[in-house]
Amino acid sequence: MTTKNLAHYIYGIADNALILGQRLSELCGHGPTLETDIALTNMALDLLGQTRSYYQYIANLSTENLTEDDVAFLRKEREYRNVLLVEQPNTDFAYIIVRQYFFDVFHFMQLQLLQQSKDVNLTAIAHKSIKEVGYHKQFSGDWVKRLGDGTAESHEKVQQAVTDLWAFTEELFYLSGQDKLVIETGHGINPEQFKEKYYQTISQLLKESTLEVPEAKYFQKGGKDGIHSEHMGYILAEMQFMQRAYPDMKW
Amino acid sequence: MKKDWPLWEVFVRSKKGLEHRHFGSLHAPDAEMAIKNARDVYTRRKEGVSIWVVESKNIKASNPDDNAEMFDPADDKAYRHPTFYDLPDDVEHM
Repeated sequence: MTTKNLAHYIYGIADNALILGQRLSELCGHGPTLETDIALTNMALDLLGQTRSYYQYIANLSTENLTEDDVAFLRKEREYRNVLLVEQPNTDFAYIIVRQYFFDVFHFMQLQLLQQSKDVNLTAIAHKSIKEVGYHKQFSGDWVKRLGDGTAESHEKVQQAVTDLWAFTEELFYLSGQDKLVIETGHGINPEQFKEKYYQTISQLLKESTLEVPEAKYFQKGGKDGIHSEHMGYILAEMQFMQRAYPDMKW
Repeated sequence: MKKDWPLWEVFVRSKKGLEHRHFGSLHAPDAEMAIKNARDVYTRRKEGVSIWVVESKNIKASNPDDNAEMFDPADDKAYRHPTFYDLPDDVEHM
C-alpha cells in the first residue's frame, strides 16, 4: 500500500463529512425553528471538526508540504470523493432529515468498524467522532419517525424524500480499486461487512415511521470516482471562494 | 392542530452533587424533544451532567402585585436572622 492510496482512501471518508457539513451550514439561520436550526448547525460543526482531523492527517502524509486548507479548499471537483447523497440540495426539511438519516446510519457503522483499522490515526479519529455521530443518528432517526408518523402532509413529504434519496444509498458502499488495496492491508475497512445490517436498520425505522421502503433496483453512483452531480460545482464555488480570491488568507 | 410548539423550562445540573439550576427556556413539541433541544442549546460544552425539562405552563409563579406581602418583611425584627452566633473557622459554608 502506498501513501497515495491511503490518502485516496481517507478522502473517501473525509469528503463526505466536509460536503455534508457545508450543506448543513447553508441552513444556519434558516432552520424551521430556532432549536432545530441550532441542532443542524451543531451537526455541521461536528462534521467539519471531524474533517479537519482527517485532512491534517492527509497533509502530514503528503510530501508537498500541503496544509489542511489546501486539501479542503483547493482541490478540483473531480478530486473530491464524497458520495452523491451528501451533495443533494436542501430541498425541504424532509429531504434534509432523510439525507442525514441515510448518511448517519452508514457513518456510525463505518466508524464502528474503522476503530479496528491498523492505522492508529484512523482509529483515534473514529473513536473521537463516533459519539457525535451517534447523536446525529438519534436526532435524524427521531425526526424521520415524527415526520412519517406525523400529519398527512409531513408523511407525504418525507415519503417523497425517502423515495428520491433511496437511489443514492448504495454508493455509500462503493469501493474504488485503490480503496480495495488499502482494505487488503487492514488499514482500511470493508463496508460490505455491514451492508446487510445497514439496509435492515433503515428499513426497520422506515416501517416504524409508517413509511414505505422503496424497492428500486437502480442506484446512482459516481461521486466516489469524482463524477459528481450538477450541484457539486455550486457547493465548491461557495466553499472555495475565499481561499481562491485571497490565497492563504487567515482569519 | 396547534402550529406553535409549547414553551419548556430547562434545568441543568452542572456537576454531581449540585442541584439543578434554571438555564433558560426553549420550544419543543414534547418532553423528549425538549431534552434533545436542551442538549443542543445548552449542554454542548460540558455544561452539565443531567437535564430536567418542564412545560412552562405547569409552573405557578408568584404575583408581582403581592411582592410587599411576600418579600418585604419588617426590618426591625433582627431576631429572625441568626446573625449573633460566632461560627467556628472550620465551618466554611453557612
